[in-house]
Amino acid sequence: MFESLSERFEGIFARLRSRGALSDADVDEVLREIRLALLEADVNFKVVRDLLTRIRERCIGLELSRSLSPGQQVIKTVHEELIGILGGETLRISYASKPPTVILLAGLQGAGKTTAAGKLGRWFRQAGRQPLLAGADLQRPAAVEQLRVLGGQAGVPVFSQATDPVAVAIAARAEAERLGRDVLIVDTAGRVTVDAELMDEVRRVSEAVRPDYTFLVVDAMIGQESVTTAEAFHAALTLDGVILTKLDGDARGGAALSIKEVVGRPVAFASTGEKLEDFDVFHPDRMASRILGMGDVLTLIERAEQNYDQEVAEKAAAALQQGRFTLEDFLEQLQQVKKMGPLQSILGMMPGMPKELKNANIEDSEVARVEAIIRAMTPTERREPDLINGSRRLRIAQGSGTDTKDVNQLLKQFKEMQKMMQPLMAVTGGRVGKGKKKAGRGGGRVTPKGAIAGMRELRKMQAMGGMEGLTGPDGKLDPEALSGLAGGGGPGGLDSIRESLGLPSPGQRGR
Amino acid sequence: MTLVVVVVLLAVFVMVVGGAVLVRARRYPELEPPDIQAAAEPLVADREVLPPPVVTPELAAAVEAEAPPLPARPRMRDRLGKARGLITGYVGSVLSRSGIDDASWDDIEEALIRADVGVATTGTLIDSLRQRVKSDSLDTPEQLLSALRDQLKSDLAVEDRRLHLADTGTNVWLFVGVNGVGKTTTIGKLGLRQAAEGNRVVMAAGDTFRAAAAEQLQVWAERVGADLVRGAEGGDPGAVVFDAVQRAAARGADLVLADTAGRLHTKVNLMEELRKVHRVAQRDPGVVSEVLLVIDATTGQNGLAQAREFAEAVGVTGVVLTKLDGTAKGGIVLAIQAELGIPVKLVGVGEGPEDLIDFDPDEFVDALFAA
Repeated sequence: MFESLSERFEGIFARLRSRGALSDADVDEVLREIRLALLEADVNFKVVRDLLTRIRERCIGLELSRSLSPGQQVIKTVHEELIGILGGETLRISYASKPPTVILLAGLQGAGKTTAAGKLGRWFRQAGRQPLLAGADLQRPAAVEQLRVLGGQAGVPVFSQATDPVAVAIAARAEAERLGRDVLIVDTAGRVTVDAELMDEVRRVSEAVRPDYTFLVVDAMIGQESVTTAEAFHAALTLDGVILTKLDGDARGGAALSIKEVVGRPVAFASTGEKLEDFDVFHPDRMASRILGMGDVLTLIERAEQNYDQEVAEKAAAALQQGRFTLEDFLEQLQQVKKMGPLQSILGMMPGMPKELKNANIEDSEVARVEAIIRAMTPTERREPDLINGSRRLRIAQGSGTDTKDVNQLLKQFKEMQKMMQPLMAVTGGRVGKGKKKAGRGGGRVTPKGAIAGMRELRKMQAMGGMEGLTGPDGKLDPEALSGLAGGGGPGGLDSIRESLGLPSPGQRGR
Repeated sequence: MTLVVVVVLLAVFVMVVGGAVLVRARRYPELEPPDIQAAAEPLVADREVLPPPVVTPELAAAVEAEAPPLPARPRMRDRLGKARGLITGYVGSVLSRSGIDDASWDDIEEALIRADVGVATTGTLIDSLRQRVKSDSLDTPEQLLSALRDQLKSDLAVEDRRLHLADTGTNVWLFVGVNGVGKTTTIGKLGLRQAAEGNRVVMAAGDTFRAAAAEQLQVWAERVGADLVRGAEGGDPGAVVFDAVQRAAARGADLVLADTAGRLHTKVNLMEELRKVHRVAQRDPGVVSEVLLVIDATTGQNGLAQAREFAEAVGVTGVVLTKLDGTAKGGIVLAIQAELGIPVKLVGVGEGPEDLIDFDPDEFVDALFAA
């Protein structure tokens, strides 16, 4: 339901005719949209207000660039501003000279402290440390039990006592020293900030255990109260950073911005799933895109560049363009795509993806199944799937451990792809390869507006019903819709997005 | 350039593989129920079905040591008292002026947004208020605030806010929601309430994913004297609920409170699993008379997305708004009601067994705006 910021801006700037500086009125209109976007992203009200004042100053008199649309320029400015707030140095754990290095976790109920403790345990262990987990949440039924199970999964010992949180903390520290553990992670009970007694208790836990790092664990879906909460915990404990959890959902996570802006403490870690390995250091640039609703394009670009063999990609482009993309080609490209990481996470990063696709939860086993089917074919069959008759289907099914239904499904879908491939490449135009001129069909030009327009088209179709949005009236996939995915209006649609974010193009970075 | 190819290939790939997945997802429902039916008998034998606990002095002492003291039945006004400060501030500001001016509207807008009501809903509210001010010729701040209170109460009003129990069959109340919102704790509290009203309850530990989730519910079952049905960790949640229904029917229990694992509404396979649990819960003699979506009051605008997805997946009959004892106002429930027509039925105001109140919109709004 939420429209992307860029779409909104396109609407505003469609009317803008003259090139030159943005007028006050233009800026005001744009700022209204930004305000809306930020509030919808749960950025704190006051933080939004202060932010807008700063952005307004930067936008007024902004010279319109030739390569970016005004809308994209403003987005870029806002994006930079957000990164500025969220960024700064990534928090690096410096270990105490006299072990253990103590980490204290605090936060509201249900934020994900215990799970985060388990994840931190695993993370430190991976970093070559010997952590100990301390279960000081004696309030919630079976909390210590939960920590024990997680500790078992992470291969980290767990300590607790049926006394009181302060006593547990003290004893845990002694235990860590006794066992020679060099990191101690203390989990505490969730508490509301208006409970003076409980806030005092966590302060006493902190005093007793003398943490080197105190992290506030915050749920990414938290609303306006992120600031009050952070301020209260900061006052009681002096926070070092925030661990933002449940980022695998679609909450925009404005809390990250609010807390950093008001309390001055960065998000140190991001928790992106229920499994112990779904945990990593925080990336401010990606968060900024997420808050603005722009998807995680940066990660996508990074992954593609790092893992996708350029030559192989160009080969595919040529094949696609000439409409002779075969299962053989598909198999080859599939290997490259696999290198980019779990397909699911990549899909999640693509802006403008219809919900059905994004959340289709394509498991690696599915990928493996498709791959197995194709491998069970002979090279000739891959190149000319029309050859595949009933007995061949059966052979392929048996060879790949699937059934003929699956084989039929794959062949059918792929054929649909092929049919649609030609018009698709015609629409996206001929300029294949950066800076090189190659003969191509159609005259699609690269424009940022085109990129955004393509995505808008896709969004519109998406609004009409998810995956159905990608198919035209004849039930076949709509080339325009898919070209929207590719960035519409030309190859390099995503290049223009990259440009709009102020990132260097791959040519500049060098491979 | 590589990126374009990647994107196109991804799209292609997703079509090809994704199509298979989606078809499979739709096929999926057909696969499961026969398994459950066929396995009904042996499954019951396998499951660890706990009889009501024999309360020995040691157990009682242990439970007592764990459970916080039980306070008197809380009133909404009392429990929300600490959190009033914020809105009171804005109210004070509005009242301090002699009339109704732009600053008054700004204060109201800010108050509502700060309460997580959301920009869109706030806009609609303020538009209505402006109309009202015009049509009724209101000119004092007191009148403005009164009109706001009335509007909020009216927006939250529903005819039927009861928790339903069907006359025939074994009633099941299914608790759903994202991670960490308070489903298990709410079930514990409701179990106590039901026991106090003389109803026999069976709790189903339908969260088979999270570490020690069943243990957590077990503590609650012991506290309130309810039967608990649990399964193996990592096992099929639908089977646990099914067993609980069978057990309730066999024992003549009135109600099954079915817990489910927290799940983000964006996870298609988990939502599909939930649909299945819901279907299984309705197998004879089960009757799902309530599907309660538990929402954390601190949640921002994502709460609406949660409600939408859960409603679409399993049809939500009511919201339980938890953690209202903190500073958050839970304003998102206004949008949930406005857009989806789902009323708040219960409010959680703490971690203790008694900390559960029936939602009353008048009290809710009055408590927020009392100056």
